[in-house]
Amino acid sequence: MQTSSNTAPIDLSVQEVSKHYTNFTAVNRLSLDVPKGSFFSILGPSGCGKTTLLRMIAGFITPDEGDIVIGGKSMRNVAPNRRPVNMVFQHLALFPMMSVGENVGYGLARRGLTKGEISKKADAMLERVGLPGIAGKRIDQLSGGQKQRVAIARSLVLEPTLLLLDEPLGALDLKLREHMKLELKQLQNEVGTTFVYITHDQSEALVMSDRVAVMNKGQFEQVGTPQELYYHPKTAFVAGFVGNSNRLEGVLTNAAEGKTASGLTLALTPTQPASSGATSMFIRPETIALSRQETEIASFANRLPCKVETLFFDGANSTVQVKEVATGTQLHVALPHTGQHSDLVPGETVFIGIRAEHVQAFQG
Amino acid sequence: MIPSLPDSKLLTRGRALYVSLFFLFLLMPLSVVAVFAFNNSLFPTPPWKGFTLDWFIANTGDRTGLFFDSALLTSIWVSCKVAFWVTVLSVSLGIGNAFLLERAQFRGKGLLTTLMLVPLVIPGVILGISILAFASQIANYAYDAWGLELEWLRPGLPLVVAGQFSYIVTIATLTIAARLKRFDESLEEAALNLGATRFAILRTITLPYLKPSIIGSAAVAFLLSFENFNTTLMLVGSDNPLTVLMYGRMREGASPVLNAVSLLLMAVSSIAVGMMYLRKPKQA
Amino acid sequence: MNTLTPKRLTLYLLLAPAILWLLLLIILPHVGMGMISFRERIGPGEFAGSLKQYRTFFEEPLYWNTFVRTAVMSLIATIMALVMAFPVAWTIAKVAKGRLKALMLAATLLPFWASELVRTLGWLILLRGSGVIPQFLAFIGVTDQPVELLYHDATILVGLIYSSLLFMLVPLINALETLDDSLIEAAYDLGGNRLNILRKIIIPHAAPGIAAGSIMVFMLTLGNYLTPVVLGGKSSMWFTEQIYTQFITRFNWEQGAAFAFLLLGLSSVLVWLGLKITGQRFADAMRRT
Repeated sequence: MQTSSNTAPIDLSVQEVSKHYTNFTAVNRLSLDVPKGSFFSILGPSGCGKTTLLRMIAGFITPDEGDIVIGGKSMRNVAPNRRPVNMVFQHLALFPMMSVGENVGYGLARRGLTKGEISKKADAMLERVGLPGIAGKRIDQLSGGQKQRVAIARSLVLEPTLLLLDEPLGALDLKLREHMKLELKQLQNEVGTTFVYITHDQSEALVMSDRVAVMNKGQFEQVGTPQELYYHPKTAFVAGFVGNSNRLEGVLTNAAEGKTASGLTLALTPTQPASSGATSMFIRPETIALSRQETEIASFANRLPCKVETLFFDGANSTVQVKEVATGTQLHVALPHTGQHSDLVPGETVFIGIRAEHVQAFQG
Repeated sequence: MIPSLPDSKLLTRGRALYVSLFFLFLLMPLSVVAVFAFNNSLFPTPPWKGFTLDWFIANTGDRTGLFFDSALLTSIWVSCKVAFWVTVLSVSLGIGNAFLLERAQFRGKGLLTTLMLVPLVIPGVILGISILAFASQIANYAYDAWGLELEWLRPGLPLVVAGQFSYIVTIATLTIAARLKRFDESLEEAALNLGATRFAILRTITLPYLKPSIIGSAAVAFLLSFENFNTTLMLVGSDNPLTVLMYGRMREGASPVLNAVSLLLMAVSSIAVGMMYLRKPKQA
Repeated sequence: MNTLTPKRLTLYLLLAPAILWLLLLIILPHVGMGMISFRERIGPGEFAGSLKQYRTFFEEPLYWNTFVRTAVMSLIATIMALVMAFPVAWTIAKVAKGRLKALMLAATLLPFWASELVRTLGWLILLRGSGVIPQFLAFIGVTDQPVELLYHDATILVGLIYSSLLFMLVPLINALETLDDSLIEAAYDLGGNRLNILRKIIIPHAAPGIAAGSIMVFMLTLGNYLTPVVLGGKSSMWFTEQIYTQFITRFNWEQGAAFAFLLLGLSSVLVWLGLKITGQRFADAMRRT
């Protein structure tokens, strides 16, 4: 899927939008198009401006420059309560003084629907998110996951052009979060509403999204599918932020080789055409082959003898920290899921192999 | 000390004894007031002469029970009227002030906040006297300059209401502002996001959230007004609220009718306070 | 940034009544009273600026003594209320649990919700010559016959402390409840003894509560009128009584206003001192009570 190959109409178009505060710029000349029916995530560390961007789309903050177009209409001077946008808040913001049904029906009541219509629609929506028959319950009687679904139902019942989600899974514990990730994606598939999701959790973004924008310092570093971001990061920031990587600083010695600060020479693939200058090299732990026999890694461009330092056992995510013998460079290597090599002991000599295309070098 | 640390028996028992004596001290005056409301004697003093309800319901030569004592009943009605107006005014202004303190930003806010607390530190007597003097000066001036007689600026119930209101509104403000401070503003944003107008948000979200503190401060305002004596004494005219009437009777020499009306007061405030506390768990 | 800040018009609509309240009922009356206190009646309806009222206060031993006496007795009452309330506050906050705790809290609040008149009536019945305690003392043989317990300084003190205990207890309980038990356990574990823990851990933690309670009690006691007048009778010599007498009985507004200002001054200075010593802010201390 390429950036411009979408034929679906654009539901949200952010055009050259900026927001400045006295001491810093939260969002800097940022543009963005989200096609209808897609699940779009904005991924970035806290303070990168993603919350400001989301609140500008919702209308709680007015941009200093640029325009936001939703469903083909400019949102300039449109109050937040008149935008075809609904939001799931970070802490959900369910109304504690109302029942579940009243929460879900709140927006419908504001539109002046009759009591009967409201309760019919609210019930139907609750059933849709998998919570039939709880309209009469109080908010404090719900579990974390149920609250989550009520908050989503409360927004979806209004059939918005766009649903904004502000890190709604942040407050849940790990197990439930994993579960809700899948559920949320499924729900989006079913209802077909355009979702704009912001998060600092790369796993949430990768699992759920059709497309992800990685945001840093008020600008997008890269916009693409989860696969593009993971396998073909365009900047050092994206390479470091999405997934785990060994990051090695050094210089390019020619167009296909670099030398780390510790003195290790690596065959690599530069992301920009260059043959000299400072560089950051990224190697994902799972792309490194590990063996006790040197012969097994003969086909790799980089073959390094290492000593085992520490084994970090974590089931399927187990890694081992090794130290390259000649230069003392430390590297994290993923262990095979088969359980092979789980018997490594500190001090043991192993051989690692890395392909040149798996050493991604960024000018830095 | 705390239960998890070992204490000697002597210390534990000593503390238990002290605390018991303390509560005896605390409750004794109220108990004797209650008990002697039923003593079959012309004076609320020992010895005990047997149980009677005369001080509530008698209407004979030397005994007039509470329910036939027209002066007492009138003063209770006067106190109710005063308390009603003080409550309505204090709570209304208290709600406005709470929004002012917690939501608005303006120059001089710090000064205004401090000024709002000042009425609590002014002794009630002085509060009453200063308002009395101020009102009288205006009334005198109006009379001298334009021949106007401004009756409501002379000692009387309007001034009593003003005097009590002047400090009770601070208490209402603090109570309501404390709850508003804990309000999660994202609830209002959520409502706005769901299409509510500002007025609808106030009606459906913010005020319902404040309701417990509004009811609570109304109850407190009513009780404080009903029981106020210091400020009221300085500002009363010919209509006596209950506390002022009781004070007058107390100086003439106590009669068990005073015990009877005191018991009634205690019962009413206990019920009111009890109801306030019973409401709480549901809100938490 | 916050889109929910009330708009200008709303701001003025909210400000107007608040300012009217403070101006008409607090500021102007006190300014007016200050002006009255600095004038002297020189003829029917004629006044001149003067310090006579304040001179009279310092020259007349009765007024001066009453003033000092009121301040000293209020201070004693405050200290005694603190000493009496602290162990009880500790028990309620830290020792008592569940039902007992709720009951104790209710018992603390009960006298407060009974009117001042009711409380004073109770003490009258207890203490007067023919009352409960003198008769009881005579009955068990401590005294030959019932003695009059009213109209003593000690009686006034008892009444004052009684009226103010709640205002001491509530901030103390609030302050002590926020003290984490594990701090005490840690101090004990590290070898601290009871006295040391009280001095180094409990009292520093409760200081804001102690300050708030003491200030509140002192102010209430200083401004009390009913308790000293009824329990102390003619000999009570309480300063608020002087103010009442000058204003209402003698109709000498100039003198009464001066007295009121002196009392207000005394109260402000001592409250300010109290805050200064304990390093508290006025607004914080008031919110605690």
